[in-house]
Amino acid sequence: MWQALTSAEFSQKYFFGNSVAIEQRVGGAFIVRTPDGSLHISGEVFECDPPRKLTHTFNVNWPALIEKLGPTLVSYEIEPAGNAVKLTMTESHDRPIDDDILSGGRQGWPAILSSLKSLLETGTALDVKMAPPQRMLDALKRLGIGTP
Amino acid sequence: MRKPEFVYVTYIETTPEKLWEALTDPDFTERYWFGMRLRTDWKAGSTFEMVRGDGSVSDAGKVVECDPPRRLAYTFVNLSDKYKDDVPALATFTIEPFGRLVKLTLTHEGFAQGSKFFKGISGGWPAILSNLKSLLETGRTLDIPYAAFKAED
Repeated sequence: MWQALTSAEFSQKYFFGNSVAIEQRVGGAFIVRTPDGSLHISGEVFECDPPRKLTHTFNVNWPALIEKLGPTLVSYEIEPAGNAVKLTMTESHDRPIDDDILSGGRQGWPAILSSLKSLLETGTALDVKMAPPQRMLDALKRLGIGTP
Repeated sequence: MRKPEFVYVTYIETTPEKLWEALTDPDFTERYWFGMRLRTDWKAGSTFEMVRGDGSVSDAGKVVECDPPRRLAYTFVNLSDKYKDDVPALATFTIEPFGRLVKLTLTHEGFAQGSKFFKGISGGWPAILSNLKSLLETGRTLDIPYAAFKAED
């Protein structure tokens, strides 16, 4: 599970083709690149306790996003449960965030985590294709946050 | 509009019909739901019960909606003394085709103030639905210990 969360080889299969690169130490860099190689998400590692706990900021590379909405924190906790593991993933923010903005994560994370589970259990990720929710794009536009 | 207290979304490589069967057929639920069999005729208004392997009833409520293979809703509450201050809360399963996959959305709402039952289902559903996904995709269930599923005190 730890390997799947921290390596590009795995993430490309379950995270919409995106490559994760992470320096596994506190203060290390967290980088996500899209399949064409462009920078999509960047962050800093806050907790790194393999194979149990990983916390890093998760800031999507959209102009003015940080200034308008503040940083996004993502945390994974891995606990053994019989022959399975329990994964608890949380996304948190340092201020109240509008439901329209949060709709992006609410749509994306269940698909990503479902695909991750399938990949680890069957060897094949799910074929999930989805566009960002329109309500999120509209809300970002209203806030003056640029999207590609 | 008040939001449901609990929402769980998962994508499963299966068909809506198979997922429907998995959610409603007691021979199926017994395999991934910690041995639990659902007992009901699935008619709106009918009694709904969760029956343990030893025949005792753990949870009970009523069927609210049954629209195969799209939407299933029922209320239930655990019958143990621990949850005596709780009321039956509404669980709604929505099944949507999604490419070659199926999107399953479960909402659970209408809990009593300070509900202990809400804590129970928050621990239970992720284990049950993970197990359901594994069973449908691999033909096998996970070996999640009951302690992981049990309500936190």
